[in-house]
Amino acid sequence: MQPFELASPKTREQAVRLLGTDPARATILAGGSDLLGLMKDNVVTAGRLVYVKSVSGLTGVHTEKAGGLRIGALTTVDDLSADAALGFEYPAITAAAGHVAGPQIRNVATLGGNLLQRPRCWYFRNGFGLLAQRDGKSMVVDGDNRYHAILGNDGPAYFVQPSTLAPLLIAVGAQVVLFGPQGERRLDLEKLYRIPKTEGEREHDLKPGEVLTEVLLPPVAGRKVYSYEVRQRQTLDWSLATASVALEMDGGGKISRARVILGQVAPVPWAATETEEFLKGKTLDVDVASKAGEAAVAKAKPLSQNRYKIQLARVAVKRALLAAAGIVEEGA
Amino acid sequence: MVDYFWPAAKDRHLIGQRISRLDGPAKASGRAKYTYDLKPQRMLWGKILRCPHAHAKITSVDVSAAEKMPGVKAVRVIQGPGTEVKWALDEVVGVAATSEALAEEALRAIKVEYEVLPHFVNEANLAQAPKVDAGAEEVVGDPDAAMAAAEVKIKGTYGMPPVAHNCMEAHGQICEWTGADTMNAWCSTQAVAGVAGQFAEGLGIPAANVHVVTEYMGGGYGSKFSVDRWGVECARLAKLAGAPVKLMLDRRAEITVAGDRPSAYGEIEVGAKKDGTLVAWNSKSWASGGPGGSGDPPLPYVFQIPNRRRKHSSVPTNRASARAWRAPNHPQGAFLTMSALDDLAAALGMNPLDFFIQNLSITGVNEKVYREELQIADDLMGWRQRWHPRGDSAKGPIKRGLGLSLHTWGGRGHRSNCEVTLHPDGIAEAKLASQDLGTGTRTVIAIVLADSLGLPLESVKVSLGDSRYPASGGSGGSTTVGGVSSATRRAAQNLLAMIFEKSAPQLGVKPEELEAAEGTIRVKADHGKSLTWRQALAPFGQTPVTATGSNPGTGDLTSSGVGGVQMADVSVDVETGVVRINKVVAVQDCGLIIDLKTAESQVYGGMIMGISAALSEEKVLDPVTGQVLTTDFESYKMAGIADVGELVVHMMTGPGYDERGVIGVGEPPVISPGPSIANAVANATGVRVPFLPLNPRRVLDALEANAAKKKETA
Ligand SMILES: Cc1cc2nc3c(=O)[nH]c(=O)nc-3n(C[C@H](O)[C@H](O)[C@H](O)COP(=O)(O)OP(=O)(O)OC[C@H]3O[C@@H](n4cnc5c(N)ncnc54)[C@H](O)[C@@H]3O)c2cc1C
Repeated sequence: MQPFELASPKTREQAVRLLGTDPARATILAGGSDLLGLMKDNVVTAGRLVYVKSVSGLTGVHTEKAGGLRIGALTTVDDLSADAALGFEYPAITAAAGHVAGPQIRNVATLGGNLLQRPRCWYFRNGFGLLAQRDGKSMVVDGDNRYHAILGNDGPAYFVQPSTLAPLLIAVGAQVVLFGPQGERRLDLEKLYRIPKTEGEREHDLKPGEVLTEVLLPPVAGRKVYSYEVRQRQTLDWSLATASVALEMDGGGKISRARVILGQVAPVPWAATETEEFLKGKTLDVDVASKAGEAAVAKAKPLSQNRYKIQLARVAVKRALLAAAGIVEEGA
Repeated sequence: MVDYFWPAAKDRHLIGQRISRLDGPAKASGRAKYTYDLKPQRMLWGKILRCPHAHAKITSVDVSAAEKMPGVKAVRVIQGPGTEVKWALDEVVGVAATSEALAEEALRAIKVEYEVLPHFVNEANLAQAPKVDAGAEEVVGDPDAAMAAAEVKIKGTYGMPPVAHNCMEAHGQICEWTGADTMNAWCSTQAVAGVAGQFAEGLGIPAANVHVVTEYMGGGYGSKFSVDRWGVECARLAKLAGAPVKLMLDRRAEITVAGDRPSAYGEIEVGAKKDGTLVAWNSKSWASGGPGGSGDPPLPYVFQIPNRRRKHSSVPTNRASARAWRAPNHPQGAFLTMSALDDLAAALGMNPLDFFIQNLSITGVNEKVYREELQIADDLMGWRQRWHPRGDSAKGPIKRGLGLSLHTWGGRGHRSNCEVTLHPDGIAEAKLASQDLGTGTRTVIAIVLADSLGLPLESVKVSLGDSRYPASGGSGGSTTVGGVSSATRRAAQNLLAMIFEKSAPQLGVKPEELEAAEGTIRVKADHGKSLTWRQALAPFGQTPVTATGSNPGTGDLTSSGVGGVQMADVSVDVETGVVRINKVVAVQDCGLIIDLKTAESQVYGGMIMGISAALSEEKVLDPVTGQVLTTDFESYKMAGIADVGELVVHMMTGPGYDERGVIGVGEPPVISPGPSIANAVANATGVRVPFLPLNPRRVLDALEANAAKKKETA
């Protein structure tokens, strides 16, 4: 790890000033569970770390008068998993938070850091760059891509967005509050993520000097919400494919609007729009859920070693939908 | 002449009991200091610049900028221009600096240029290998005629990738020169006595001048016998810098260069009579363990099929050289053999338990052991009640199944010397240049010494991990427990002989009529006639009394050749390919057990390591760069405690086992988890997943291939 300066601002304004506008010089440090590892491996270097955990007023889950929840971006993932108000409104979110990494990491990791953590692509983590290109060619395509993208993988980005919480928060309609040199702005969380086209670009739309300060959740309003992750190991393992769903039902038990967001399959949390269309007006049963899974991967393109992830995404969608609707498949 | 023997069952008070390891509290509390924890005064940090290419020629090395950095005390080119580097992360330049960060900064200031050469790292597909060293064909009987006559036969390709040892404490040492040619070295090593000589050879100094210390050690599994180039370089940096240097590998280097269990692949054909009698075997296997090729797994494993042909090819790859990995070659031999035999049992329509029992007559000396163990395992697993033919017919995606495997190992005690000193305060101390890798060696020596002298454990002390003590072998091949316990027993018996000599006249009997028990020296036939331990020692005065013992020696204190059986119960989610272990039963023999608890602990540890390798471990090599991609514990997937299921261990003890003497047990239990779990997956799903690890990709790929094949034939 290279030497760096640590700045501990007390206010949002100080934080923004300390960050400046050159991301290469100053970087936000929250729980550090991702950033510090990357710095130790010299994948990320920064002259100054701006420790936003020291900024007051950016933690906790607050119930809004008009309904919905306002969550400070510096709330730890562990606190999220145990929050009563959040658990009452969105038990799927507290449950998902409880499955992130292990207890040590959950104790330091923050909501903001979780949403903005860097991809786990092993080419990126071993120092070959976010797009892992060499001589104009993708190392991922020619190399070992067993954990890489099956959707949104037209290149040159093949990594997958790793956050457990992002797909679920997008599915329920979360917005984020960003505070920067130009003041505050709100953005649908879904719009925060982007697929970079060149090596210098980032995988999100944060402007230089911006801090993610809050996450806003609308009231659940009777929607059925669930997130299903396929994990091989029981602890400290990454999901291989995640499906997060939020279903609005009409009076007759039919789906009036569905959000189906996939994690770990594309460089961004992937909106399975074909599935969302397909589900409109349907009454959920095993057959419909299976077909919804098919629709989600209809456009998936495997790389040389990740064909199996198509099946995982398919079954994750099916299982998330059935669980959201409380339907138990025979033998499952 | 002393007659050496293990005490009869009724005379064992500590031997065979369940005794917690003596250094457990020190380790759990952090008081135990490992090499990694030590920090002698003025210590510098050593770091190594490593080659990023899997195959390259070094064309230039410029260390001038690093040498000028303040705080950098030594810089040494390890491999200079013109050298051909044959694997990624091989050592190029070593530096020593006043802080770890500074040492790393110095590495970044070094400029090395390479001419990159073509590399080959993935031998799974033999056809792609640029070079294959084909071994000789070995034939027994008439395999062609027997195969042609076999009523039922199967053919399959099976394989397992390389895995890393991943010792919790990485490889490394601290070297400190105490004179122009005298050195102290604190090493994380499996061979305290042997490594001193290796340092001496590398450094050109007398072996007697190298003092090696390994008080506590964080795992080796076969990867820590060598001083390694980084060990000698650490010593050289320390000399250059004139200060002690600590050089431990980081996790990335540990996984990449400090441990590699060779892969193994095989095309196997095996045939039997309709009644299940094995008649013919044909195998073409290949493997790689780095540039030098590979080990040669025993094939067929355990079952000596009367007509057999085997041919093994070794494939050179640009991977760091293989190191012995717990039971070298056996996990590979077992996986290839037991998978094929299980497929044959399925083709025969037989319960694999019946099929294995039917063929026990060709397993050699362990036939009876296996028979008894299979019976016990059957009871513990409920195999006969619960077994079903291949393919669980339960509705839904979760399929459950059972699998089994057998294994064997040597484990005879190695060369060992023990010096027992009886201090005037009545404490007996054993000294050996052996090492406790975390296996309980210290505890076992203490038990043998205390039980032999009739003392409580509190009255004995074990000093090991120091090359100045009497030489003892490296801890490999499960040879330690047999070696150190035999040497200690002989030393203790020799010591007793000296004491009995003095006590006998006082008690008015002959020395051979005496025994040491319950803290006394007493007449065997009349326990009322006795001396307290203190009284017995009085004639020796203030000078400690010493005696030595060695292994090998007279008396059958150790032997070789254990048998073990494991059965696995798994659930497979056929929609996600996720395999979960419900339960694994291990039944293991290892002769006379000194400490039942630490022996069982070895079996648990072996099972966990084997389960981990079966389910998720894989050293993934990048075809593009030749580098290892799984360079941390996130991507190099080791099973967690929640993944290993319920583990049941049964140790074979008593008549038929105890009289074989002490035999090692560190290795055998790691052999069978792979095949027993893979066979259970086949039993659950009805489909053979031929390649480890049994991760979702492997399982789903196999299920898909099977579905496609079915469609084709339909
Ligand atoms: C073994 C292991 C297993 C894991 N498993 C999972 C898992 O299953 N699911 C999962 O979701 N995650 C998992 N993680 C990742 C973990 O959740 C993240 O490391 C963590 O959430 C990051 O939060 P942090 O506060 O520590 O972020 P930091 O490391 O401090 O920061 C991460 C990144 O976000 C930026 N950042 C942080 N906060 C802000 C902010 N407020 N505004 C703008 N930018 C910001 C930082 O600059 C940095 O680039 C795992 C990690 C490990 C090591």
